[in-house]
Amino acid sequence: MTTSMRLGRGLAWSYIIVILLVTIFPFYWILRTALSNNFAMSTDPSSLLPVHFTWGPFKRALGLATPAEAALENGSGAKIDLALALWNSIVYAGILTLCTVVFSALAAYAFARLRWRGRDLVFGILLTALMVPSVFTLLPNFVLMKDLGLLNTFGGMILPGAFFSAFNIFFLRQFMLGLSHEVEEAAIIDGAGPLRVCFRIVLPMSVAPMATLTLLQFISTWNDYFWPLLVTNDESVRPLTLALAVFKQSSPQASLDWAGLMAATLVAALPMLLLFVVFGRRLVNSIGFTGIK
Amino acid sequence: MVTTVQDSSAHVVRGPATTAPPPTARRRKGPASRHNDTWIAWLLVAPAILGFGVFFAYPMLRGVYLSFTEFHILSPPVWTGLRNIQELINDGRFWHSLGVTAYFVVLTTILGVGISLLTAVVLHRLNVNTTIRGLMILPFLISGVVTALVWTWMLDPQLGIVNQLITWIFGEPIKFFGSDAWAVPTLAALNVWKSMGYNAVLIFAGLQTIPVSIYEAGRIDGASEFQMFRSLTLPLLRPILVMVVILNVISATQIFDIVQVSTKGGPADASLVLQMYIYDKAFGQFDFGYAATMSLALFLLLVAVTFTQMRMARASESDTN
Repeated sequence: MTTSMRLGRGLAWSYIIVILLVTIFPFYWILRTALSNNFAMSTDPSSLLPVHFTWGPFKRALGLATPAEAALENGSGAKIDLALALWNSIVYAGILTLCTVVFSALAAYAFARLRWRGRDLVFGILLTALMVPSVFTLLPNFVLMKDLGLLNTFGGMILPGAFFSAFNIFFLRQFMLGLSHEVEEAAIIDGAGPLRVCFRIVLPMSVAPMATLTLLQFISTWNDYFWPLLVTNDESVRPLTLALAVFKQSSPQASLDWAGLMAATLVAALPMLLLFVVFGRRLVNSIGFTGIK
Repeated sequence: MVTTVQDSSAHVVRGPATTAPPPTARRRKGPASRHNDTWIAWLLVAPAILGFGVFFAYPMLRGVYLSFTEFHILSPPVWTGLRNIQELINDGRFWHSLGVTAYFVVLTTILGVGISLLTAVVLHRLNVNTTIRGLMILPFLISGVVTALVWTWMLDPQLGIVNQLITWIFGEPIKFFGSDAWAVPTLAALNVWKSMGYNAVLIFAGLQTIPVSIYEAGRIDGASEFQMFRSLTLPLLRPILVMVVILNVISATQIFDIVQVSTKGGPADASLVLQMYIYDKAFGQFDFGYAATMSLALFLLLVAVTFTQMRMARASESDTN
């Protein structure tokens, strides 16, 4: 190895380390703040470790702290029902993801493996949805939900995304086109109908891409903010993203309970971080794949 | 038989190298009669078609219709022809927000794609493992709301850690979200922070499809690292770079959550991106007709920008073939 190559590698590694630091530091900072005492933090804001270590912020975020305890750490009076918001997020993202992946898989099977009149035309029409940004359909969809009386319900949050996703259909169809026909034909010779082939052969073979889509869809729904903001203003159905924003906006900037808010943020991000630990590798590879195709 | 199928499935998901699906085997007319497939096919696509019709096509047409009406949600829309468009043309705030959006899009795209490209190339040359790439996509997993909250805290003029550092070096803090000049660049930086890892992983996957032998040949010819990047990597990477740029422009044009949570368009409209203005018109002032007109304008703008980009870049072909 020449000196210049070694120098180059050194530079490259330093660059990666800087990028990693910038990427990860905010996550550490959430944790550090969430374990600090608000009073103490304002006297020692640059301490890299939690200031006056305390579980108080987590207790406040989860609604376990008494008002006296909260006041002692300069916690805010603003309430956030984190457990409820967490549940709402799970229902919203869970049901929507399940529906959209299942319905997309069925449609993808029909487009990829069955021959029927009008197939390519219908597929082409559905694909046009890929070109239209969601912003354009959001407002009219809100009006539709209002007309249907579905504001502030899970139905209103879930329905628009539950049945149809152009990207998911496209992605799964692409995969199913590449599957070998041999097993399928053997089954057909044995007298299996298209539905049986779909559920017994093609869908089981497509578990891997369906899992990938489930993951991606769940993440994006979990993190969605705009649509829930439009259709809900009631705590009973409000998902986490919205609950956090409301919590921040309802307290004055000067006396914001940063420690409590960061604790709540951490709880909100935790399911995603967990998914990351379990599926991180698959996620990295699937991003590469979805992008290229 | 079954094993080959499983192998190929594993491949398609894991390896970007085999992304092009193998040419579909010509389907023979099976011995089983297939005349009843049509009904089943329609049954299977029915939910998708229903969703497309009710929650996409109909709202879209309705959106176009509402653009030409006066509509305040409580009473039915009233057709006003081109009045909204006239209003749009004379609306200084609209043009201002368009400018803010364009500024934001240009900043995030240039910065974001630039840093992502550099990161991907360095990661690729150093041959780092999946774990490091994985850590880089962490911000992609969290919501814009969380991103905005953390950075608002870290950039807080008094107590934020970043401003502690800045005060220590330069003597006074920077009001990142609170000043006209800094608001949009700060939001752009947040957006870059959130999307950089994702873009880098996309570009990285593109790099993996470039055969190593090309670089070996280049090295034998005595090309320097930089020369190889410029005349081998960049041209071969062009299709994926174009895609990353287009995806970035589309999502940046519609930016909303980090703005709404951190600045709400302020101070004094300095970061009033278009989507923020549309939201404000519709839900702050209940002027749905005009908000729909602006959405239509934003949509047409996106279509125009995307087509221009695709034409300019000939996205479908890389320079080599």
